[in-house]
Amino acid sequence: MLKMSRRQSLVLGFSAVAVSPGAIWAAAPVADDPWPGLVTDVFSDTAMQRTDSVVIMEAPYRSLDAALTPLTVNLSPPAGDAIKTVTLVVDRNPAPVAAVFRLGETADVSRIETRIRVNENTAMHAVAETVSGKLYVSEKFIKAAGGCSAPSIKNQDEAVASLGKMKLRQFGAPTSASAPREVQLQIRHPNNSGFQVDQVTHYYIPARFVSDIKLWQGEDLIVGIEGGISLSEDPTVRVTFRHNGAKSFRADILDTDQAAFSASWDAIPPGSSAS
Amino acid sequence: MVCNGATVLSRRTLLTGLTALAGITQRAAAETPFALREIAPGIHVHLPKPALVAAANQGDIANLGLIVGDAACAVVDTGGSIAVGEKFHQAIAVITSKPVRYVINTHTHPDHLFGNAAFQGAGTEFVGHHNLPRALASRQEHYLVSFRQQLGESLMANFRFVPPTVLVQDEMILDLGNRRIVLRAWPAAHTDCDLTVFDEATKTLFTGDLVFREHVPVVDATLLGWLQVMDGLSAIKANLMIPGHGAPDETWPDGLLAQRAYFESLASDLRKDIQEGVGMSEAIETAAASERGNWQLFDEYNGRNASEAFKELEWE
Repeated sequence: MLKMSRRQSLVLGFSAVAVSPGAIWAAAPVADDPWPGLVTDVFSDTAMQRTDSVVIMEAPYRSLDAALTPLTVNLSPPAGDAIKTVTLVVDRNPAPVAAVFRLGETADVSRIETRIRVNENTAMHAVAETVSGKLYVSEKFIKAAGGCSAPSIKNQDEAVASLGKMKLRQFGAPTSASAPREVQLQIRHPNNSGFQVDQVTHYYIPARFVSDIKLWQGEDLIVGIEGGISLSEDPTVRVTFRHNGAKSFRADILDTDQAAFSASWDAIPPGSSAS
Repeated sequence: MVCNGATVLSRRTLLTGLTALAGITQRAAAETPFALREIAPGIHVHLPKPALVAAANQGDIANLGLIVGDAACAVVDTGGSIAVGEKFHQAIAVITSKPVRYVINTHTHPDHLFGNAAFQGAGTEFVGHHNLPRALASRQEHYLVSFRQQLGESLMANFRFVPPTVLVQDEMILDLGNRRIVLRAWPAAHTDCDLTVFDEATKTLFTGDLVFREHVPVVDATLLGWLQVMDGLSAIKANLMIPGHGAPDETWPDGLLAQRAYFESLASDLRKDIQEGVGMSEAIETAAASERGNWQLFDEYNGRNASEAFKELEWE
């Protein structure tokens, strides 16, 4: 078995249950607010500053599709500091830590959009940690039901056939080399939560999900993502960042079955039209 | 493949079973009449109004069908709860003494097959798409939880899954006694286990949820796959089409036009947004908005359809 940090074990969901039975948030009475416990377990009780500038989360008030809910964080580092990581927490999900984004040191990431599963009405938190060790938090409440046990694979033959396939979409025609750029990485993967149980055999359909994503521009990291089962099937991340002039982008991903996939794409040069 | 020769229930077994059944459902049946009408010779249909599954309707929201042959009959879908399945079974017993030899499940959704257990008995085969067992295995836990919430504990108290005993690979012909029905397993569309039933004698096509009318279509598996399957469906020469939800169509394939218009509106709105780099959260708010007045339950399902279709179309 892999050695896991506390945070990783919370990301991983079922492993979290094995490592720490106290972490079965879904079983807690509805009235209990899981957030204080998460602050202890995930953030070691580090003080957090509520903010409406450093990290701002955007989410619908009510999810239109609990298995596929778009979520955005806008980032703006405090003066004299830089954001190192952003942790996305869906408080009442079985695996509450949906993803940890590690921002490339030179990438100036200002916006991240992804898609998540939301199991029930819940608060969500985006926590930005700066290089100087300060935590900033943004909170949203969302109404949703059943996103984690929802059938994640709608078209099973297709899902198996295309697992690991990737696509990078590059938005807008960059006007200059230094202008912010926006790309979206799409990964074909069932990101199986392991929460579907076969009533006849009583076996859980095993969890298999994308655990690690790294998106590069040349040799520089744009963003690294520790993902879990709270990310939707076919994990997708759209990110706005500063281009370093590299002529290509690359993505390396790893799933919990230790399957590794890589792909690279030519960067659209400034002044040309986007695809 | 021809499938006949399954055990025929004895009259006595049948009556014993029905007597027991009648006891259980007498009160429920008295509360809600179960309408079953003969829409073509030997073809009986139950056509509830489009609605969300709720305790008040017992999950009776999907169209159900009965095809009566000389030797036996076949049931097309069983309703969204055992209570609905029992009412359906009881209504069949009033119409015919022929045994229900085949229970055909058009796909994996619970509003169509949670009544299966009401038909369980010696000699009854449960027939489904070859992908149906896999779909049920991966979804039943979710369906149990969500149907307990929607129907309430009492309607789900004696619930049990009845998986298919006969699987259709591609096409299968069932003989009900001087009456052949053709089952066809389709590639992924509404779900990845859609099955249609065609009665040769009356040229009646039961499409399951491959066709929605009135009730806004619900995209579960793949919008693009479904559009392709609709081309294949519309080539079937049918005099009468019974959709999974909504009114029958006697001018087939015209009954597909509204659904096609909805899908084309959804796809073209989303493609335009994807092309322009509009994000999912924004795109799903407005997709297919012009279709809103044409469908019931539009607000309940269009957002989810748009989300899933956006994800599918951005791979184009």
